[in-house]
Amino acid sequence: MNIYLLSPEISLLALALVVILLDLFMDRKWLLGVVSVVGLIVPAAFTVALWGTNQTAFGGALVVDQFSLFFKLFFLVVVALVILSSTDYAHKFAAFRGEYYAILLLATTGMMLMASTRELISIYVALELTGISLYVLTGFLKDDKSSEAGLKYLLLGAVASAVLLYGMALVFGLTGTTHLREIATAISAEGLLSSPALLMGIVLLVAGFGFKIAAVPFQMWVPDVYEGAPTPVTAYLSVASKAAGFAVILRVFYEALGPASLDWGMIFAVIAAITMTVGNVVAIAQSNIKRMLGYSSIAQAGYLMIGLAAASTTGSSALVFFLVCYAFTNLGAFIAIIAISNKIDSDQIADYSGMARRAPLLSLALALCLISLAGIPPTAGFMAKLYIFSAGIDSGLVWLVIIAVINTVIAAYYYLRVVRVIYLGAPLSEERVPSSGALRAALSFACLGVLALGIYPWMVLRIAEVAASMLLP
Amino acid sequence: MGVGLEHFLILSAVLFAIGLYGVLAKKNAVVILMSIEIMLSAVNIAMVAFSRYSQSITGQVFVIFIMVVAAAEAAVGLALIIAIYRRRKTVDAEKFDLMKW
Repeated sequence: MNIYLLSPEISLLALALVVILLDLFMDRKWLLGVVSVVGLIVPAAFTVALWGTNQTAFGGALVVDQFSLFFKLFFLVVVALVILSSTDYAHKFAAFRGEYYAILLLATTGMMLMASTRELISIYVALELTGISLYVLTGFLKDDKSSEAGLKYLLLGAVASAVLLYGMALVFGLTGTTHLREIATAISAEGLLSSPALLMGIVLLVAGFGFKIAAVPFQMWVPDVYEGAPTPVTAYLSVASKAAGFAVILRVFYEALGPASLDWGMIFAVIAAITMTVGNVVAIAQSNIKRMLGYSSIAQAGYLMIGLAAASTTGSSALVFFLVCYAFTNLGAFIAIIAISNKIDSDQIADYSGMARRAPLLSLALALCLISLAGIPPTAGFMAKLYIFSAGIDSGLVWLVIIAVINTVIAAYYYLRVVRVIYLGAPLSEERVPSSGALRAALSFACLGVLALGIYPWMVLRIAEVAASMLLP
Repeated sequence: MGVGLEHFLILSAVLFAIGLYGVLAKKNAVVILMSIEIMLSAVNIAMVAFSRYSQSITGQVFVIFIMVVAAAEAAVGLALIIAIYRRRKTVDAEKFDLMKW
């Protein structure tokens, strides 16, 4: 066994502990953010150095392949952007900055473990490490809305993990093992494919994981939690937590339930169709921009699930690519919102009226990200949708892709409505909107990513294909 | 007639249903938290029963992990309930309606 395989997680955990310790002795709390971002270079370097390995450790529970390494690097980039954008927000919980950064890093550790386990117990522990950290972060502001959102998230999240565990118990009971590969062999060896108990187990697993990725009908926590949580945490939730959920689903369903593929591909196709329709239709009626982006992220989860429903390597590589594009786009949108709402102290879309004249660059970035979410070229969102839709058609899911295209048109309405308010509305005041250098750096990085992936997606696509090809034996 | 695997699984399913009912029907946030613990105990019973009848220790290891994580989750949950109670003087889940459920 090689402890070096676990080095990205160990170094990230060490970084979180260093931040907590420094918090005790340091007076200049803003330095903690700097330490967190700079310290992320160490786990990122370990991850890059491990690229190309394909080994397992801890009796097969931990697997280090290009799929998990890709997601690890993804989570590290996302958390770096979130920490950078938190600098403008951290004055709201000035005394607890150390804990805030440390818990963010712990949540990231959990997500990195989620992407690289191949065993049910480890998946559960990693899932809960992420989950519990996120409950705390959601309630971090301790005001009425934030603590209400945190409690709702915790209660619904705990029910979802109980359901997930019941599914895991059934799968374990039928196959006698918790290792995904051995589950696959047991299913085909003992002819469990037609067993109703296994189907029950699969449905419960889908329900439990569906909560993490906010698929209908397990999406009811999303709008409340997104509205109440501190905005950087909302950005983190909408991107990283969703990506981690998809990473685990890909692992579990491709590696353990591969032989049962006909059953679960169809389940995901139906859920995908309902999820994107519900998300888009309800988003139209929203007046709070964080809530609107919450419903929009439900709709995006629906598009992402086309990749799962396709149940092919093309599908999973399109899904991974979509996740990257979605991450840059959504982070960019939320970072712009952090800066703007910091100044106007409101998340109402109506209050964004005429923002283009008060904050030209922030508005331009927000508009770019909304256009990308709507899937209009030359942005990342367009390329992502193109690839995931063609993967769906390759697998014969034409009806699902038609529904998705209709949904894209509905979605364009409410995204472009915000752009119209920003550019054509009358400004409510003439005051400029200030933003810190760290936030501007994070925002420009996200926007560059959106444009680069829209114009030249091939490199990331190739990496996504390599990552996805790891899943099938 | 001895007690077999089915009996444990039925007990576990019934307990799980009771817990789920509690989550959906109760108003007090602390009681909802307790109902979630009942659901987790139901899972534990199923795990231990499967473990016993398939002669594999893994299920029992899993149960220990579930208990540890459940304790952590309950701690965070109670902390959040206290945070809400300090501001609102109530733990009634139906009163947590600043945002629509």
